[in-house]
Amino acid sequence: MIDRIPQVAAALVLPVAALVGYIVVAEWILHRLPERARPRVRPWVWIGPALAFVGFFLIAPAIETIFLSLLDATSTNFVGIDNYVAVLSDSNVHIAIRNNLFWWIVFFTGFVLIDGLVIAVLADRVRYEGLAKSLIFLPQAISFVAAGTIWKFIYSYQPPGVEQTGTLNAITVFFGGEPQPWLTQAPTNNLLLIIVGVWAWAGFATVILSAALKGVPVELLEAARLDGASETMVFRQIVFPLLLPTITVVATTLVIFALKAFDVVYVMTNGNFDTEVLANRMYKEMFTARNYGRASAVAVLLLTGIIPVLIFNLRRFREQEAIR
Amino acid sequence: MVRSTFARPVAAVFVLGLLIAACGPSPRAVQGSLGGTVSVLATWGGDEQTSFLAMVKPFEDQYGVKVQYEGTRDLNAILSTRVQGGNPPDVAGLPGPGQMSQFAKAGKLIDLGNVLDMNAMKDEYPESFLKLAQVDGKQVGIFIKAALKGPIWYNPKQFTAKGYAVPKTWDELITLSKNIANSGTTPWCIGFESAAASGWPGTDWLEDIVLRQSGPDVYDQWWQGTKKWTSPEIKKAWETFGTIVADPKMVLGGKNAMLATAFGDSGNPLFSNPPKCFMHHQASFITDFFTKANPSIKSGEDFAFFMTPDIDTKYAGAVTGAGDLFGMFKDTPQARALMNYLTTPAAQAIWVKRGGALSPDKKVTEYPDKIASDSAKALTSAKIFRFDASDLMPEAMNAAFWKAILDYTNDPTKLDSILASLDKVQADSYKK
Repeated sequence: MIDRIPQVAAALVLPVAALVGYIVVAEWILHRLPERARPRVRPWVWIGPALAFVGFFLIAPAIETIFLSLLDATSTNFVGIDNYVAVLSDSNVHIAIRNNLFWWIVFFTGFVLIDGLVIAVLADRVRYEGLAKSLIFLPQAISFVAAGTIWKFIYSYQPPGVEQTGTLNAITVFFGGEPQPWLTQAPTNNLLLIIVGVWAWAGFATVILSAALKGVPVELLEAARLDGASETMVFRQIVFPLLLPTITVVATTLVIFALKAFDVVYVMTNGNFDTEVLANRMYKEMFTARNYGRASAVAVLLLTGIIPVLIFNLRRFREQEAIR
Repeated sequence: MVRSTFARPVAAVFVLGLLIAACGPSPRAVQGSLGGTVSVLATWGGDEQTSFLAMVKPFEDQYGVKVQYEGTRDLNAILSTRVQGGNPPDVAGLPGPGQMSQFAKAGKLIDLGNVLDMNAMKDEYPESFLKLAQVDGKQVGIFIKAALKGPIWYNPKQFTAKGYAVPKTWDELITLSKNIANSGTTPWCIGFESAAASGWPGTDWLEDIVLRQSGPDVYDQWWQGTKKWTSPEIKKAWETFGTIVADPKMVLGGKNAMLATAFGDSGNPLFSNPPKCFMHHQASFITDFFTKANPSIKSGEDFAFFMTPDIDTKYAGAVTGAGDLFGMFKDTPQARALMNYLTTPAAQAIWVKRGGALSPDKKVTEYPDKIASDSAKALTSAKIFRFDASDLMPEAMNAAFWKAILDYTNDPTKLDSILASLDKVQADSYKK
């Protein structure tokens, strides 16, 4: 342990020293350039490290993934689009695509947004706003694996007649119902997995939407109320349109998350009983079958699914910048 | 974006690896004894982890070597990532003989022929157990613990009270099951839930049936990938399995309970009063789960076992088993010492005495009760012995087998399409 201290110290000091050195050297070179060239070169000098970082850690791996998806399981022979054919003809992948595109994008995004919006608006009007929002935000601090494990206890099932240890079934039986195997019954099990996601993410939407809500000018609201607008009209015609840009940003984040959904599914059902998602397919191809080609092909599929969302997000961002 | 979900487990493993590497053996610490540390990665958690730590405690005291144990239920993924990342543990439990041979062929495993006293091993271990851990004539792994597969657990008090006799043949077993079902209770308790490995308890059923119904040759061709899942022998085995799992009257709670009940809890209704079921098929280690969940029950009085009966008399006395295989990834003095220690009868007796484990070593006799020593005897003296087939299959085939158990239980009418999709995985996963 102790003999590692120099290495740890070096790991802490060296990057900082390298950055400072970069700035000093870059500015020294810039000063040697003709006066007129400097403004054109300087932005690139400053953005350079960030570009290199993104290039090295995001773009290069993405390109490598695309390349690997055209090779075989052990990445030795070129196989063309065979991996894509195999992946797309796999019935498990069909279920995964359906679940990602339908269940997760529609219900996860929808529930989190509605939850976040309702809580933000209602909390805005109570005295214990801070406490209320903290409670909703609390699950964000829990890892998804832990959240999945906790909810597995809630959904757990014992045969009828045996004492129910799962919260939900204990309640069901208490009110005279039959215990339900929540996680193995399709299609509702998808919804129950999504509820775990919503529980964990509602706080995120609440906090951001609540901040945007505080940004709505009070004068506007008062003017509308003086003109005789009802509270629903104030919300629908003033608050909601002003919140819309924020809602869009939160929604795109959630859609991207919905496409990447993994932890909850892996921990709670491992994709069995029609709950498969693409990220879990990728994990299985990679770590169970150790098929690099197919795992990469699933990764590329996911990437192509996310690109439209990213483009949409960039467009909106640009429009907003233009207004400003 | 895509890389991030992809990289998360890898990153977690990597960080863990760094932490462990940071505490690696320090050459300065060598004193009178060996000193230093040895890292061990294996699949045990909970009570099993406690038992393993108890097993290595005398080793730590004797050599002054600290054993850094790390347990994971996802051993296959974690171990292969760490081996590929050039950061393997010193010593690791291997997920199965299939992965062991992949690691051995890639040159990752150290030949134990120079580490262990092979003459003593040949003396103490059944040949079948040593052979299973050899690749190209080299001893690259060694079993440190074994389990008997195929015992059917029952409650002797209840059997006597109801006048049920222990069945001698498969037909008698089915007749007994039907009698119990017709008397208004349920014969079987079954649970297939086991987190990411859900479905595996069903593979043990299938293996027992294939071996007893079609014999060891078909069994070997089956796990070796040369016998199709859609072949008449394997299909017949599924249908035989179906006489129990596809009949809602046969199993407590029917398919819902089989799919949703954790395997470790599923046998507990044997011990409620009145019992909710009468038989439970599970490997020998389940006794540990029984006694932990029902502290008042006594081995031999409240639970005992009979072996899954013979189906075809041609293959009478066939038994399946499994075990925990250990391999060495780094040749350090500490790792050598630990491997030697773990294969001694004294070390294995520690876990055996604590319950839930059998020893592949014939010299170990310290079984806590008659049930455990009977299990060990059934294992080491079987007429036809075969290792757990699913553990011998490639990992992708094994995982598909698990899923097929769940799919079949959920809807037995889909058997043909389930077997066809297993054939597809078979054609694919044996290629490498």
